[in-house]
Amino acid sequence: MNEILIALAVVIAVGLLAGIILTLVSRFFAVEEDEKVKEIRSCLPGVNCGACGYKGCDDYASAVAEGKAKPNLCIPGAEDTANALGKILGVETETVESKIAFVHCNGNCTSTSKKAEYAGISSCKAASMLYGGPNACRFGCIGIGDCVNVCPQNAICLKDGIAHINKNLCIGCGLCKDTCPKKIISMIPSSAFVVMMCNSNDKGADARKACKNACIGCKKCEKACSVGAVKVVNQLAVIDYSICVGCGACAEACPTGALKSMLPAVQTVKE
Amino acid sequence: MELFKSLIVILLSSVLVNNYVLSRFLGICPFLGVSKKLGQAVGMGVSVTAVMLLATVATWPIQYFVLEPCNLGYLQTILFILIIAALVQVLELLLKKFSPTLHKGLGVYLPLITTNCAVLGVAINNITDEYGFLESVISSLGCGLGFLLAMVLFSGVRSRIDESEVPKNFRGLAVTLIAASFISLAFMGFSGIVDTIFG
Repeated sequence: MNEILIALAVVIAVGLLAGIILTLVSRFFAVEEDEKVKEIRSCLPGVNCGACGYKGCDDYASAVAEGKAKPNLCIPGAEDTANALGKILGVETETVESKIAFVHCNGNCTSTSKKAEYAGISSCKAASMLYGGPNACRFGCIGIGDCVNVCPQNAICLKDGIAHINKNLCIGCGLCKDTCPKKIISMIPSSAFVVMMCNSNDKGADARKACKNACIGCKKCEKACSVGAVKVVNQLAVIDYSICVGCGACAEACPTGALKSMLPAVQTVKE
Repeated sequence: MELFKSLIVILLSSVLVNNYVLSRFLGICPFLGVSKKLGQAVGMGVSVTAVMLLATVATWPIQYFVLEPCNLGYLQTILFILIIAALVQVLELLLKKFSPTLHKGLGVYLPLITTNCAVLGVAINNITDEYGFLESVISSLGCGLGFLLAMVLFSGVRSRIDESEVPKNFRGLAVTLIAASFISLAFMGFSGIVDTIFG
């Protein structure tokens, strides 16, 4: 009986001692954290994507609290977060337009071919360094999936040899855009009506030879657009989303299908 | 001189021959978990080394001044766990206060180490090997360095694995475990080497 009591006493004594020391240390060496930082951090989505330009949500929260950063830089959180942060700081916020990433390539396995078989390090970056990649089109998606690996939301999948981004999952952090060695991913407004599915600056005939779905720079879209939102620059149609009204006329006029209507709503209107 | 020589033997043998990860198979969890990148591997290795040293410094006196006189050897495991856990917490709090940069670097790993079996293993092995205080400290330093060495080596191997085309069936953890077993095999080659040098 005595032995048990001694053992019990020793364990309790050591446990108490450890507890007391921990309490004292945490009391005397406590780091004062800014309440504002905590409050701001709790409003952020916490995906640590880095789209704001800071290392993560914690870093951005402290930057906002110190007044170094604007409260509307969080792209995944969009307007709600910006408003919430504005409320904490007591300032009016400018609206954030929510953006999503889009792959400007439709060179899937049925429309384009490969000029070589690539069997090296499994990464788009490495593949693109070798004679511009294995694709017949030097502008197109290599399809090994560097963007898939970097996406924090698992929003990107590879299908028929090219990357597809699920716009419902995409939070617009832009990591894939920075990763793609071919620079075929760009950020477009999530409300975009029409999208460009090609990135080729080759002349029409060459682009067409490399890929059936390529933009050939025929300027039909330019003529079809009533507000002047589509311009052909370097053999490639470019849409100015600040002007685009979403009529879908350019997509209808496109002979190769490189311009595509995005919203199902637009298609039903057409019907 | 004799003491110095025996300390060198203990240090070398705990780094190479009795490497905790590769020969004794303790602390495998962080070995597989945080060895993907070299920076993380070094961070984890350094933290484990520091905690091993501290744990030995704290547990050795407890064993010989509290447990042995009271005949309470059977409380060793539970008390050591308690002490190591508290120690790591204190270390984390102190780091946070005095060296925020170091805390940012190691902070993630410290709570993981609390329940690392390699740390407890060092503390208990020092007792079962009947080392003196100085020998215990040197031995735990060696074990920590051995852990660091294993982490660094393995992070190099893993970055090579990442770049190579692995057959589909072996992708992921399978190929990692196979690679780990090869490194472990390589460390088997060290057995006996220390005795030969100093024997």
